[in-house]
Amino acid sequence: MRITNRHLIGWLGASPLMLILLAFLVAPIVMIVIVSFWGATEFSIYPDFQFDNYAFLFGSPVTYKVFFATFKYAVITWALTLAIGFTVAYFLAFHVRSQSVQIALFLLCTIPFWTSNIIRMISWIPFLGRNGIANQTLISWGVIDQPLEWLLYSDFSVILAFVHLYTLFMVVPIFNTMMRIDKSLIEAAYDNGATGLQTLWHVIIPLTKPGIMIGTIFVVTLVMGDFITVRFMSGSQKANVGRLISNDIALLQYPSAAATAVVLLCTVLLVIAILLRFVNIRKEL
Amino acid sequence: MEKRPRSFYVLAAFFGLFLLFLYGPTLTIAILSFQGPQGGLTFPMNGVSLHWFYDLFEEQAVGDIWGAFRRSFALGLIVMVVTVVVSVMAGLAFRKRFAGSGVLFYLAITSLVIPSILISLGVGLIFNQLGFRVHWSTSGLGSQLTWTLPFGLLIMFAVFNRFDKSYEEAARDQGATAWQTIRHVILPIIAPSLIGVALFGFTLSYDEFARTLLTSGSYNTLPLEIFGMTTNVTTPVIYALGTLTTLFSFGIIAVFILTVWVLGKRRARFGSDAGKGV
Repeated sequence: MRITNRHLIGWLGASPLMLILLAFLVAPIVMIVIVSFWGATEFSIYPDFQFDNYAFLFGSPVTYKVFFATFKYAVITWALTLAIGFTVAYFLAFHVRSQSVQIALFLLCTIPFWTSNIIRMISWIPFLGRNGIANQTLISWGVIDQPLEWLLYSDFSVILAFVHLYTLFMVVPIFNTMMRIDKSLIEAAYDNGATGLQTLWHVIIPLTKPGIMIGTIFVVTLVMGDFITVRFMSGSQKANVGRLISNDIALLQYPSAAATAVVLLCTVLLVIAILLRFVNIRKEL
Repeated sequence: MEKRPRSFYVLAAFFGLFLLFLYGPTLTIAILSFQGPQGGLTFPMNGVSLHWFYDLFEEQAVGDIWGAFRRSFALGLIVMVVTVVVSVMAGLAFRKRFAGSGVLFYLAITSLVIPSILISLGVGLIFNQLGFRVHWSTSGLGSQLTWTLPFGLLIMFAVFNRFDKSYEEAARDQGATAWQTIRHVILPIIAPSLIGVALFGFTLSYDEFARTLLTSGSYNTLPLEIFGMTTNVTTPVIYALGTLTTLFSFGIIAVFILTVWVLGKRRARFGSDAGKGV
């Protein structure tokens, strides 16, 4: 009797979350899977059960190129955000001594997360453009004679924007795990004669792994699922899977968009499943 | 005080550069939004004026940004309230294992990591096939909740992992009902974290783009309106808008942080009022 009671109270509390996720997460995924087997004419879609969308997707060399580009963005962005995020979190956690300064600096790092991504992308334009600050500065220093063309609307600007937008997702979980490291472990390492680097490598990094994993999950999924950063920062000249989907949507080719979306979702979930083997998220919060 | 190692100064410099990297571009467009009427999208400044801010107030110049702002603001408030209420209920429920809690947790994680465009596409397709009209307050609201609720839930997990259960047990030992315990003991203790959840709910909704793209219908939210402008507006008016909405976000964030701070101060002075209710 008590057991049913416990389950009932759990369900009551969780039911609003459950209902919202069923309606706006599970149902849309199911719908996308269904529509991925539908057919399309130029201006409408019709129910069907055919594999044409998948056949076309896997038969096109563009697909493989675009998936490769998506992985490339994810890996490069991951490496950069990890290096920067770890360093920033390390500084905050181990070198800032006053707790109020620590909180203030941490907030400074997180505030941009609560502002508009679109605006943050737009704000790179005066910096990177042909006559932008970067080019003007480099020319005035005599480093280059001609403005660099690859600063804006290139892989460079896409990755720069990704790093700008998402480093935060590394800083926060890594900082969180670092703050929970027992400081006596680090003192013990020093007392036993370890150098700073040895302590970092053999004590701090292993203990920070869960935070690194959570940050990795965030950054990798955000980059792999993105379409707007790539579109905006590359001036529509570069493609990733998200853009493939959004282009199909713009052409009202929903079944084809849905098939690509299914493949993207499977890829992302596979990556996450692998990453989750290394970390228990609920324990780390 | 112990002398600082040399690595401190290197890391501090790195941190400074990181902050410059974070805020530099935003400051740049803030400066450029004061361009003179003949000024362009990059430096040099062609005089200094408020021309582009005035431009924002002339409807025909830039489309319906004030309507978009009102919609985004209203939607942000709705998302905020729903996120707080639903996250707290789920957070309380998740403290005990119940049948299906594991599945629900992984659903929430999926909701967080799923590419946003899938939510947009899927919700849009469902509404079309059912013959409903997509609208920011229905399909838009639901789509945004799939983004804000996982954050709310994760924050609640973090809160309850640190929650001292003895307060609750004390209340129960004194004969408080389950509801009284929640209302007079748990909620007052976790109140500052709830403000955090509210901050996430509002700001993530206010700036949401990808999940709202196909689900907001014919009335745009502000981020959609701004994105539309990037394709056809080539004057600093877009910087002026960017500066204003960023300032607005900063204002909102400041209000939330100040509230948490004041709550903390009051608590330090008077002690928690948890358990003082009847």
